[in-house]
Amino acid sequence: MEKLKEKITGIEPAALFEESGGFLHAIVEPASGFAMLQRLNKDPDLKFDWLSSLTCVDWNHYFYIVYFLRSLELKHELVVKVKITDRLNPITESVTKIWAGAELLEREVYDLFGIKFHGHPDLRRIFLDEEWNGFPLRKDYKDEINIVEL
Amino acid sequence: MTTEPETISSIANSGIPIRSGIISPDFEAQDFLINIGPQHPSTHGVLHLKVHLSGEVITDLEPCLGYVHRGVEKMCEKLSYRQFIYLSSRLDYLSAHINNQACVIAIETAMGTEATPRAQAIRIIMSELTRLASHQLWWGCMGMDLGAFTPFFYGFRDRELITDIFEETCGTRLTMNYMVPGGVMHDIHSDFVRKVQEYLVHLKEKLPEYDEILSGNQIFLERVKGIGMLSREDAISYGCSGPVARASGLSCDIRKSHPYDGYDKITFKEILSSGCDNFARYQVRLGEMRESIAIIEQLIGNIPEGDFQAKVKKVIKLPKGEFYQRVETARGEFGVYIVSDGGNTPFRLKFRSPGFSNLSVLKKLCMGLKIADLVATMATLDLVIPDIDR
Repeated sequence: MEKLKEKITGIEPAALFEESGGFLHAIVEPASGFAMLQRLNKDPDLKFDWLSSLTCVDWNHYFYIVYFLRSLELKHELVVKVKITDRLNPITESVTKIWAGAELLEREVYDLFGIKFHGHPDLRRIFLDEEWNGFPLRKDYKDEINIVEL
Repeated sequence: MTTEPETISSIANSGIPIRSGIISPDFEAQDFLINIGPQHPSTHGVLHLKVHLSGEVITDLEPCLGYVHRGVEKMCEKLSYRQFIYLSSRLDYLSAHINNQACVIAIETAMGTEATPRAQAIRIIMSELTRLASHQLWWGCMGMDLGAFTPFFYGFRDRELITDIFEETCGTRLTMNYMVPGGVMHDIHSDFVRKVQEYLVHLKEKLPEYDEILSGNQIFLERVKGIGMLSREDAISYGCSGPVARASGLSCDIRKSHPYDGYDKITFKEILSSGCDNFARYQVRLGEMRESIAIIEQLIGNIPEGDFQAKVKKVIKLPKGEFYQRVETARGEFGVYIVSDGGNTPFRLKFRSPGFSNLSVLKKLCMGLKIADLVATMATLDLVIPDIDR
């Protein structure tokens, strides 16, 4: 993990690191997120070609877009978290050009959290109706009809 | 001017196309949009596909999801760590035991405990039986989708014996919830070992029958060979996993790369194929059934004695942090991502669904194919829609 940390700091000096659950987490800002992910995919020393999962966590004051990356050849893993602090208009760069599977995953994050992905070919809701108001998985989502508060 | 019906011979000489003896002017290819599903026998659930056709050839395809979206991830934020496991069985209900296994191993790893050896062996046997049951259902439905009704009955007949075994030990046939953090809920039934051994003998006789009916059938082969080619690079880029990816030569079996619950001590082969087409995916699943039989045989004769459940607190609180556990279900890589803030309930829970990523590749596979090929390709992708919609 130390070697991985060094290589990533080489690409993105401003990245912060955490370790949890056996995974190394690298936290970056949205402005440098896309460039870093592209380097992670293309760099022959890193070669993160497998995107396991793309999701979002709402921490009340900011969002984390979480990318689970794995290299099939070099057998290392990494979790990249892009921190978005703007709650009124959260926007980040889409990674569909790097991993094609991100297309549906980003639509799901947009549907449930409201995060816009710049550069996504077809950003619209995937599970909920097009006319649905609000983003259900956010922590401040209120729905008196459908959600029963225990 | 009189329009005397022209005779066929005169038309044949003039070069105008003939359709069934009636003169038809040259129609331009008409594009139209049809909806397959959400209520359709071959979509294996409520999958709505909007298909643009030019004649019978597919020019565009769009899956519309959400018909069985239940908000499972949001519900899990209000349930305790012991309760949310019950919701995980209802995602990919054909691999219910394996989904539960992912959840309980995630909780155990986060707490720093491990299941007892007896529980681990029982868990693997249950998971492999689930894989067998799922593949048998898939095989039967694939035959039925392509028009052969007999495989459907054969597959379900053999699967009934597995669900009877489950019912005796776990209490239910489909959504078992037999695994708990620390082990399994209660010990196996006294008849379990004998019945599983008898079943394996029975299935080993039946598998060559499966090959005889479907794999060697000329009509079947013409409908699946060379259709739905998925290259290895596309499988990686789209995140496909399970038999779909292994049929394109991508080695991605989680039981080999990230072994859990004692899989590293068991000898079994990872079935790979370089065919990349529907037939390769079909063969990979049949091969996996044989490997599952081999895995169960290694364990069933010598399940370790001891406790079936390690001591774990009644109210589980995970330490602050983020945990991810992946397992190999019958469909591919299933992942559970738990974000914990130290409380009684998960702060955020995400299920990485294999069907979601496998579905994203359907459009690429089916462009330029005919409608009948779409049905065959969807059958080999083996989608379970509640797993996709969550």
